[in-house]
Amino acid sequence: MADLVYLIPLLPFLGFAINGLVGKRLPKPVVATIACGTVLGSFILSILCFKQVIDEGAFTAVLYDWISVGDTHIQIAFQIDQLSTMMMLIITGIGFLIHMYSDGYMHHDDGFHRFFAYLNLFIFSMLLLVMGSNYMLMFFGWEGVGLCSYLLIGFWYKNKEFGVAARKAFIMNRIGDLGLLLGIFMIFNTFGSIEYADVFKNAYAHGDSTNIICILLFVGAMGKSAQIPLYTWLPDAMAGPTPVSALIHAATMVTAGIYLVVRSNVLYIMSPNASELIMYVGLATAMIAATIGIKQNDIKKVLAYSTVSQLGYMFVALGVGAYTTAMFHLLTHAFFKALLFLGSGSVIHGMGGEQDIRKMGGLKKALPITHITFLIGTLAIAGVPFFSGFFSKDEILAMAHGHSDIVFTLLAITSVLTAIYMFRLYFLVFRGNFRGTHHQKEHLHESPMSMTIPLIVLAILATAGGFLGMPGWMSDNHILNHFLHPIVEGASHFHPSEFFEYTILSVSIVVLAVIIFAVRNYYITKSIVPESDEAESGFSKVLSHKYYIDEIYNTLFVKPIEALSVFLHKVVDNQILDGLVNGISWCVKQSANLFRLLQDGKLEWYMVGMVAGVILILVFNFFM
Amino acid sequence: MKVPIEHYILLSTVLFCIGVMGVLLRRNAIILLMCVEIMLNSVNLLMAAFSTYHGDAAGQIFVFFIMVVAAAEVAVGLALIVMIYRNFKTTDINLFNKLKW
Repeated sequence: MADLVYLIPLLPFLGFAINGLVGKRLPKPVVATIACGTVLGSFILSILCFKQVIDEGAFTAVLYDWISVGDTHIQIAFQIDQLSTMMMLIITGIGFLIHMYSDGYMHHDDGFHRFFAYLNLFIFSMLLLVMGSNYMLMFFGWEGVGLCSYLLIGFWYKNKEFGVAARKAFIMNRIGDLGLLLGIFMIFNTFGSIEYADVFKNAYAHGDSTNIICILLFVGAMGKSAQIPLYTWLPDAMAGPTPVSALIHAATMVTAGIYLVVRSNVLYIMSPNASELIMYVGLATAMIAATIGIKQNDIKKVLAYSTVSQLGYMFVALGVGAYTTAMFHLLTHAFFKALLFLGSGSVIHGMGGEQDIRKMGGLKKALPITHITFLIGTLAIAGVPFFSGFFSKDEILAMAHGHSDIVFTLLAITSVLTAIYMFRLYFLVFRGNFRGTHHQKEHLHESPMSMTIPLIVLAILATAGGFLGMPGWMSDNHILNHFLHPIVEGASHFHPSEFFEYTILSVSIVVLAVIIFAVRNYYITKSIVPESDEAESGFSKVLSHKYYIDEIYNTLFVKPIEALSVFLHKVVDNQILDGLVNGISWCVKQSANLFRLLQDGKLEWYMVGMVAGVILILVFNFFM
Repeated sequence: MKVPIEHYILLSTVLFCIGVMGVLLRRNAIILLMCVEIMLNSVNLLMAAFSTYHGDAAGQIFVFFIMVVAAAEVAVGLALIVMIYRNFKTTDINLFNKLKW
């Protein structure tokens, strides 16, 4: 198997090359087959890797020396262990489903081949990110996914706003990337190597510098995984086509930060301060994004803030040292959030491009499969018992409880908010009466098979995925913890008491029932439709404006930089630099004006000049 | 009897100065050209004198070259003056002051 590992990233890259270079001349089915087929091939190979890791343990496949300088050798090498195979399965598995879905969703788009080329490039980069055996290769993939994210957010580049959103995502990510890059420099400076194995082996010898390294790496994770203060790009990233939102901005790329921290858990275990920071940032992000999510009226924006909030959850888990729990939530979140996004894509498709939930309603009849699968996703993310989100979220809550009561309480409140905004979304979209135009009502239709099959598969995964990590009161065998144990050997394991788990189970059932009833009562029985943004007042106005964070950033960062640019343009460039150049030419011009008076057109004067010159030469020759 | 070399030098110098003064002071373009010829020929005279003085024929051969070049130069110069005369109806160089900034 080890000698076939290189094919896993190579196949999507080939797909990218073919579709990118000649895709324009190929018929659409061929383009889609190439794109889906290569990802499917990677998925099958990933399963084989997974099997080998289970049977024989982790291994590293070295391809060749990439960079050799002095004693430093940076290799192109793939580290196939429990963590990377898990990520590979998520990326290629969900990636394949979303490729399939895109075939239906993007079918009428002119940029069909371009879209699939970018998607394949994304899969390639993401695989490099998780498979690389050193920070350099990971950084390569990290930048690659950032690029693909930019390309795909701005996929419909003729719309100026979408292009701006793409730039925003790219720039926000660059800020984080700088932190990551500095972190990698620090690692190289401290350990003299950026191979995972070398770094983690020597980590205990350099305990004092891990704190700063961890914080710098976390800055990178903040950017990629949309944490405060760098989260504002993710809601704007919804400008991209919906399959992109599902694949990149929900299931895979945004979890790269989680992967980074889990991969470096040896360092994080030794730096409690950095872990504490991660926890608080995650907590704040989870809460703030959830409160914003309640007031959003764009179906994809709600899901985007939900993603930010769920990523916050994962970071809380990382902060309290529950690395496997974070991975568990990453896995279940990948299932149900991809499902929800694809479901929303199906809704948007059926509504002919409409994204405003105030103009939907009652879609249950027209889109039965989408409705059922979306409901399953909602139940899963809200944490309804025995759906996947329930297991992973309760595990995070339990871990937070083991850490501190305040964190637990705030997280619990956030999960209540999660349930509220998700059921608000569900009821407004699928129940009640249709509020769209007559034209939209006539054209409502269920999506084609290529779109509904991924929904059904993801719905099954979102339902059953949680049983990979059953809590102590259900089963002694937490499959995922057991599987990931070799990666996080150093992490402490906290086991919540059974009493606590029963309490949280019963309380969550009651609370969820109340929420569902209350939300249904508010939006269906009373049939209240959210007001337009202008009509909001008080705190809800602040929420619907997303705490004015974009405006604050605008004032604090964008405006001063723009003012500086104007200053550099108007004063430094136009006045000083141009003044210098123009001044020189002015001097030349003035002296030329002076000297041209000598040429007065009178022949005698020219003659006098010549004779005087000759005489001067003679005088110099004979008398000087 | 042999004329001493100093006399030749003196004569050439006088001729050359006449030519220079003519170029500087006269206004008629044709006279200007003639003065240039005087200057050239004073040099020719000097060259021939030195050639004899040193017993070297190279100087006299050079005189022929100069005369050929001078003839060509005069031909061009006179042609120019003819064209100027056709345009200006005069050969007074003080009126040819258009060739300036």
